[in-house]
Amino acid sequence: MSLAHPPVAGFSWRRLRALCVKETRQILRDPSSLLIAVILPVMLLFIFGFGISLDTNRLRIGVVMEDHGVEAVRFAAAAAGSPYIDLVFANSYDEMEDSLVRGKVRGIIVIPQDFTAKVMEGSGDAAIQVLADGAEPNTANFVGSYAQGLFGNWLAARADAYGAEFHEPIAVEPRYWFNPTTVSRNYLIPGSISVVMTIIGALLTSLVVAREWERGTMEALLATPISRTELLLSKSLPYYGLALIAMAICVLIAIFIMNVPFRGSVLMLLLSTSLFLGSALGLGLLLSTVTRNQFNAAQGALNAAFLPAALLSGLIFEIASMPAFVQAVTLFVPARYFVKIMQTLFQAGDIPSIVVPNLLFLLLSAIFWLGLTAWKTRRRLDG
Amino acid sequence: MWNRIVALIAKELQQLFSTRRNIMLLLTPLVLQLAIFPFATTLELRNATLSILNEDSGAASVELVQRMAAASAFTEVLSLYSEEDLERVIDRQDALLAIRIPPDFSRKVLAGEPVSLQAVIDGRRSNSAQIAYSYIQQITNDFAEERTGQVAPAKLIVRNLYNPNLDYRWFVLPSLVAIIATVGCLLVTSLSLAREREEGTFDQLLVTPLTPAYIMLGKAVPGILVAMAQGGIISLAAVWLYGVPFTGTVWLLMLATFAYALALSGVGLLLSAISNSQQQAFLGVFCFMVPSVVLSGYLAPVENMPTVLRWISAINPLTHFIEMAKGIFLKSYGLAETQTSLLALFGIAVVTLLVAHWVFWKQTKS
Amino acid sequence: MDASAAVRIKGLTHRYPEQKRDEQALADVDLTVRPGIITGLAGPDGAGKTTLMRVMAGLLKATKGEIEVVGLDPVRQADALHLRVGYMPQKFGLYEDLTVMENLVLYADLRGVGAEERKAQFERLLDFTDLHRFTKRLAGKLSGGMKQKLGLACTLIGTPELLLLDEPGVGVDPISRRDLWRMVQSLAQGGMAVVWATAYLDEAELCDDLCLMNEGRVIFSGAPREQKERMQGRCIQVRDIAGNRRHFLRHALGSPSVVDGVIQGESVRLVLKEGLSEPDPGVLEGEPTARVVTVEPRLEDAFIDLVGGGPDGHSVLADTMPLVDLPSGVDPQAVIRAHELTRTFGDFTATDHVTFDVKKGEIFGLLGPNGAGKSTTFRMMCGLLTPTSGDAEVMGIDFKRSASEARQKLGYMAQKFSLYGNLSVERNLIFFSGIYGLKGRAQADKVAQMMDSFDLTRYRRTNAGELPLGFKQRLSLACALMHEPPLIFLDEPTSGVDPVTRREFWVHINALVDKGVTVMVTTHFMDEAEYCDRIALIYRGRMIAAGPPDQLKKAVASEDLPDPTFEDAFIGLIQRDDQAREVAEKDKAA
Repeated sequence: MSLAHPPVAGFSWRRLRALCVKETRQILRDPSSLLIAVILPVMLLFIFGFGISLDTNRLRIGVVMEDHGVEAVRFAAAAAGSPYIDLVFANSYDEMEDSLVRGKVRGIIVIPQDFTAKVMEGSGDAAIQVLADGAEPNTANFVGSYAQGLFGNWLAARADAYGAEFHEPIAVEPRYWFNPTTVSRNYLIPGSISVVMTIIGALLTSLVVAREWERGTMEALLATPISRTELLLSKSLPYYGLALIAMAICVLIAIFIMNVPFRGSVLMLLLSTSLFLGSALGLGLLLSTVTRNQFNAAQGALNAAFLPAALLSGLIFEIASMPAFVQAVTLFVPARYFVKIMQTLFQAGDIPSIVVPNLLFLLLSAIFWLGLTAWKTRRRLDG
Repeated sequence: MWNRIVALIAKELQQLFSTRRNIMLLLTPLVLQLAIFPFATTLELRNATLSILNEDSGAASVELVQRMAAASAFTEVLSLYSEEDLERVIDRQDALLAIRIPPDFSRKVLAGEPVSLQAVIDGRRSNSAQIAYSYIQQITNDFAEERTGQVAPAKLIVRNLYNPNLDYRWFVLPSLVAIIATVGCLLVTSLSLAREREEGTFDQLLVTPLTPAYIMLGKAVPGILVAMAQGGIISLAAVWLYGVPFTGTVWLLMLATFAYALALSGVGLLLSAISNSQQQAFLGVFCFMVPSVVLSGYLAPVENMPTVLRWISAINPLTHFIEMAKGIFLKSYGLAETQTSLLALFGIAVVTLLVAHWVFWKQTKS
Repeated sequence: MDASAAVRIKGLTHRYPEQKRDEQALADVDLTVRPGIITGLAGPDGAGKTTLMRVMAGLLKATKGEIEVVGLDPVRQADALHLRVGYMPQKFGLYEDLTVMENLVLYADLRGVGAEERKAQFERLLDFTDLHRFTKRLAGKLSGGMKQKLGLACTLIGTPELLLLDEPGVGVDPISRRDLWRMVQSLAQGGMAVVWATAYLDEAELCDDLCLMNEGRVIFSGAPREQKERMQGRCIQVRDIAGNRRHFLRHALGSPSVVDGVIQGESVRLVLKEGLSEPDPGVLEGEPTARVVTVEPRLEDAFIDLVGGGPDGHSVLADTMPLVDLPSGVDPQAVIRAHELTRTFGDFTATDHVTFDVKKGEIFGLLGPNGAGKSTTFRMMCGLLTPTSGDAEVMGIDFKRSASEARQKLGYMAQKFSLYGNLSVERNLIFFSGIYGLKGRAQADKVAQMMDSFDLTRYRRTNAGELPLGFKQRLSLACALMHEPPLIFLDEPTSGVDPVTRREFWVHINALVDKGVTVMVTTHFMDEAEYCDRIALIYRGRMIAAGPPDQLKKAVASEDLPDPTFEDAFIGLIQRDDQAREVAEKDKAA
């Protein structure tokens, strides 16, 4: 009877294809995988894209006019012309202080009572005081530098009034490269796409192997002649495909709806995404394989993939500003390399000097995570 | 009826602390986030690299370069020798900012003529680069004032209230009180009900004389306790470990934490009422938590968001709690400053709890 | 040893890494499986059946011992083994979100069955399992019985030489179990070697060869016949008992001459000590009319005998429970009452105008095939579901009016012991007494008393999830009884439990009934149904028969089957209902 059976082969394309077809059907029929793969990424992209805006283009600053002399009025007029700042005027500091405490304004510019008089004196003792809300340190920085700008406007307006041409003795002219409009969305969105890909890759796959264990189908599967390679490939290829679709959706939304310029090549995008997914899928599968429990695996994916990708990848927070031990941790976060590649591809193009080293790191990381998964995958129920 | 609820709450807490794994689940994120977040999540500029292409060799330019190099924000200064160099360092993100000093710089400074430097800013990292740019501007202004001897008609004095040195940790830790309490409270409330459903103990509860409202109460209280305990630990660590000033009153922080935890337990119960399994509840927690953290003002100020997102952030409990926590820590908030947020949180709690109760009640009646 | 054997196992021992040093999942197991017959692997939960099955399927590596499956080493030659052995795990291994055909195709691909061969095999398997009509249906939407058949079909693809079935009969009604048995029997007759693992001893009894296990050890191996022969003459049925048969049973179990006893409708069945053919005269004392009839032994008798006999019939628990005193105004003839009870889900009617009353101190059984509406009815009676129309009342209180008050009157124990597994025994007891309103001294006393009567004191600090199965069951019962309810609802209370624990459970229930407690129970065990005073048979949402077990048996008795078992009655009544329905449909069509 055993003669009727085909010889045992280590790897069979037919089995792999059958498993992939099965996996794909399950994806298509499970609403939660579509939720994770399509709806969640779009939602996150919009929230990251519009929610994390570091562009202080609506800075509210209070101006306390204790002085109503000619220089004070000139300052107020010059300041009011700035398009980035909403000014709120008040006559006394007490009136304004409450707004600062409650965060309704992020800074107060105080023009003291004797301002005009002292400027007229020309002794250099005249001073405008700026009080920034230090509880928002990043905004406080901008309050300081915007106030500096307003001050410059006032100097120019004053010089103009006296018929002199005003020149800053030494001017520092800014030139923005790559993102001339300095819209933070332009660099946050490409980075956010990598967080989204982490979620799809790791969260989705963290559930799939565990689900087979929980539902008891893994036992039946292991009792058939499938090999470890087939099992692993069948659990990665369909999700790789799904992730690429999600990637395409994200990139299209970024380019056509959010108007983020894309300057790299599609080929490079595909290559880097594929390598990155190697790590993300590998991590998810590893968690799923080791825990054999959907809940623990998902929680692991949240802590080991999502949080590091969001916080330690350099997407929002500069890695260089972190202390050395945290910087060392970021070396093991694959999203760090992908964020850099994505930001470069979108804003600068295929710059080999940035892309190639990061691709190499992604390759190493993919080999590491997939290799670990393969090593932990068993053909038996026990170890 | 009260002692029945006490029995339910006691059971809930015993289950929570029954295994080492559960305790680890509550403590590990606390410790890790406390150790990493304050350092990692900073928008401060530190260890940045500045690059300078000095085409001038005069004394003035050399002195200016030295002053820039001495600034604490820049730990490394790259000297560039050509236009290609400059392009390369910006392209490769080796430096955040490149300064080009023109060949006639020293001469013009000596002559008292106006002169311009050029600052090439990497737009891919516009936030940090702009901060760096403003540092450079400051240095240059001071230099100009001393060198040219021109006295400006007035001075601009910038002072930062509540956080004089703009220490980012003073901002992060009060927010962290809120964020960690969120994770703990949501996981405890939303998952425990889903787990009872999966393990079949839920039916056992439903055949007891407890009504849905009591069962919900029994689930909400442990969540609130966990949130308050975790919030308390972070607050203590913030003050003692990280030296964040505490200018408000303790009871107000506790009241704020309670209001927040109540609102969250409403959300958690609602999530668990509409999910059938722990996994769905987990996805629900994820789908709630990520937007709530992003839109809370922790990662980026709420006022920078488009109008629709600002509306959403107004009904986000986390926004209100972070605002109160920061206020109580740094700005000596009293009841007057917090009452709007407190009312908002209680409002959110009432709505979510009522809806959760309604869903829950419908289910037990089906 | 037999050279043609499909499986040869000698001295097999296995210990899981998480087990303690003195525990073993398998201890020195010997087993030979021959082709052409069904080999039963029987024993209670935790006996080691599943471990042994997994070792044979090459899914576990045993700690030590010799094993050869279809001539191969299941660890080193696993790949070759998987092609020649079919294994159906407990949950059938089906993908519920794939259709019947997609499941079949998947397993055909995995086993490398070519297109030509596949066509013929699918045809044959679908014929065999009668699943032709459902090929496009999702496996998750099939009934329990059909899932099981599909699981079998998937396992049979590629025509394995050895078929391993792990508890295929669990959670499946008697009709589906009979179907499946016939199918597997015909496979064995065709020359396949079959191992059938089961916790049901009546199923094991039908096997050609048997390996009976308990706590990891083989306690018997050979033909079931041998065991039954050993018990010949020792099994008797006492009929025409004039007094209370529950009292009679308790009295009889107290006698040293009796090893085991169960209630069978109006009669009591006893197993006597070795060498005896009649009980002590004391047993029949006070029962002048009783007749003793020798009956055919069953495998279960032999099992109980092998493990040293059943419990002695005395319930320490019941001693601590007060006599039930009905509050005035409650009709003792209807302490539980269903009136025109109906429940629909969408356009599907799960329970259709069911009406019954349960008397005080009665055991009332709800029986029926899977998905026939028995659980829906049961859930409405204990307030877990709200009826679409009709009334469900306990102790004269309508659930719709005062659910909380009604719930205080009932104790509830569900099939999967609904305890908090990560809390200790004591904390479970404290919790359940607490939510029923016990406090202070009274609570502490009750908890201590329960631990005492159920012998749980030594496990007091053990987590409920780590208790042996029998103790879990005791704890569940204790938790359900903390508030001394006059009514108890039992939802498949003993599934998967070994026969001795099941006996003990019923000793407690019988004693409680003596105190005036009223019991409502659902079960798949036909033997267990015999403990009931009255039974309602629910089929297709309707109550198709109701009455004492003996009356239902009598209803299907015929010349061919003069003395039907309760299983015969169950199947007979359902088939009769199906026929009546077919006739009615034909009439309608005509």
